[in-house]
Amino acid sequence: MKEPTEKPVFEGLSLAEIQEINAEMTHYEDKTAVSIEALKIVQKHRRWVSDACLVAVAELLGLSPAQLEGVATFYNLIYRQPVGKTVIHYCNSVTCWMLGAEHIRERLCRHLNVGLGEMSADGEYTILPIVCLGACDHAPVVLVGDKLLLDISDDAVTDILGR
Amino acid sequence: MEKMDKPLTKNIRSDRAFATLADYESTGGYQGLRKAITQLQPKEAQHWVKEAGLRGRGGAGFNTGLKWSLVPMDEDAAQTRYLVVNADEMEPGTFKDRLLLEQDPHQLIEGVIIAAYAIQASIAYIFLRGEYHLAAQRLANALLEARAKGYLGEHVLNSGFNLEIYLHTSAGRYICGEETALLNALEGKRATPRAKPPFPLVSGLWGKPTVVNNVETLCNVPHILHYGVEWYQSLGRGADKGTKLFGASGRIKHPGLWELPMGTPIREIIEDHAGGMRDGYKLRGFLPGGASTDFLLPEHLDVVMDYDAVAKAGSRMGTGTMIILDDKTCPVQMVLNLEQFFAQESCGWCTPCRDGLPWTVTLLKDIIAGRGRMEDLDTLSGLTRMLGPGNTFCALAPGAMEPLQSALKYFREDFERYIVGNIADMETA
Ligand SMILES: Cc1cc2nc3c(=O)[nH]c(=O)nc-3n(C[C@H](O)[C@H](O)[C@H](O)COP(=O)(O)O)c2cc1C
Ligand code: SF4
Ligand code: FES
Repeated sequence: MKEPTEKPVFEGLSLAEIQEINAEMTHYEDKTAVSIEALKIVQKHRRWVSDACLVAVAELLGLSPAQLEGVATFYNLIYRQPVGKTVIHYCNSVTCWMLGAEHIRERLCRHLNVGLGEMSADGEYTILPIVCLGACDHAPVVLVGDKLLLDISDDAVTDILGR
Repeated sequence: MEKMDKPLTKNIRSDRAFATLADYESTGGYQGLRKAITQLQPKEAQHWVKEAGLRGRGGAGFNTGLKWSLVPMDEDAAQTRYLVVNADEMEPGTFKDRLLLEQDPHQLIEGVIIAAYAIQASIAYIFLRGEYHLAAQRLANALLEARAKGYLGEHVLNSGFNLEIYLHTSAGRYICGEETALLNALEGKRATPRAKPPFPLVSGLWGKPTVVNNVETLCNVPHILHYGVEWYQSLGRGADKGTKLFGASGRIKHPGLWELPMGTPIREIIEDHAGGMRDGYKLRGFLPGGASTDFLLPEHLDVVMDYDAVAKAGSRMGTGTMIILDDKTCPVQMVLNLEQFFAQESCGWCTPCRDGLPWTVTLLKDIIAGRGRMEDLDTLSGLTRMLGPGNTFCALAPGAMEPLQSALKYFREDFERYIVGNIADMETA
């Protein structure tokens, strides 16, 4: 993903972001350790981590952008592409799979008219698969934003989307 | 009244959101810590936990007190040591630590403080799975409460012992649960496992002695200190001591999680606690301890949930949360789902795992699509050896091979049916 050339390469971080990242730094022996939390802080404020933000965080932590990019791409919950306001993670691991996860995915995607990883036209939602959410006794389960929804039935799919 | 036979879940009640500090203290909470700090030397606390026979609940089953006793303590008392809580629960089919974290956060925190005292660690990290938002919120709050009460921070309970506990939320990757990969993740790096030796006990986080323990393991510790070694040992029904959270998911009547004595027969868990199979379904097999354990069959129902007993039956206790295979779910497709997980989550560090897992997935997909050949089953068997113990850098790949190798053994006809083009009328999920 290239930023448009007329935009400054260094977009910088907000004061709030920098303060939150600095607060995390006090917990570790070494600045590098904050990498993942810093990316998550940026993501909390902006929903995803753009190239410009990645460069800014790298600078703040004294890392090379390539080094930080290697970390960012390793983890499933760091988004390097824009996502909707609410990310819907549906569990596709074994018990949920057995009890209808694929069916839920189809219903969700059809409702929002999106493929996995895409943003709905209104910018509200992105649907992504996720591994076992640790609630297999209530399979199938879906994580909507930071809310875990259990025992999802067909009707519940419409409830999730509130329409 | 305290339920002394269920120490881990005695505060967890369906009529209450979660145990507050007051709830926790009212059933003996923080008494174990008080005893450890005021009456026992660190080495003595280690010894209690070792004698109690508590074995790691993260899967490997190593004696916890023995592990602590291997941390170098004598040479340099001022040396930084770390305690790290493995709260990365991500193994498919596993849902035990989330309950403990969300419903009784102080139990874990007390366990962490005692463990840190026992190894004289001044900093502890709780490495929490990023998706566990509610747990993060409750832990953060409980840490503040514990600090306000003097259980945490400088001069714990007015002693000379100081401890900080930090909550670190992860960003999602199964390999982070492997203890050396976890240390790299905590250091802000890609979570690839480290070579052992040196073992983390000697050289872990930032090269300092580090103990990594599972959530459930640490939740046992306060009770051992408070009620004593003999009491703890009396809880087990078989060779192993204490209680454990056992769970079952799949097409059973009452999927759930139950605190039961170690050594509880599998039949009791599946038939009594889980209520048996749902109407219209029969038990075909089960993974006794999560996605990376070998299938067992109905003929193994009388095996007891002890580390050695499950191993003798050809599988592993793992996390103690079972995944049930019913007669209308295709075992080949189930194994494909598991292998897709492992292939996706492989860290890519070593070749057998990086290449072997995607190959396994391709072969299984071809078989299911009707493009398989009988030789493919030999290739799959070959892969289970190639990715088996000793051939890869960490235990992810051998774990991935466990359900596959046992499926090839027990459900061979299901694989063959796809290959000879006579596919049974299976319910595809
Ligand atoms: C791929 C892989 C994933 C693991 N995931 C976890 C996990 O999520 N939680 C955990 O406690 N242990 C996990 N373990 C086991 C840890 O490496 C380690 O043995 C454990 O945290 C030690 O704690 P214990 O002695 O208290 O069981 C995993 C191991 C491997 C190989
Ligand atoms: S076995 Fe797999 S997960 Fe483990 S180090 Fe090798 S590539 Fe990484
Ligand atoms: S398999 Fe979906 S929550 Fe565990």
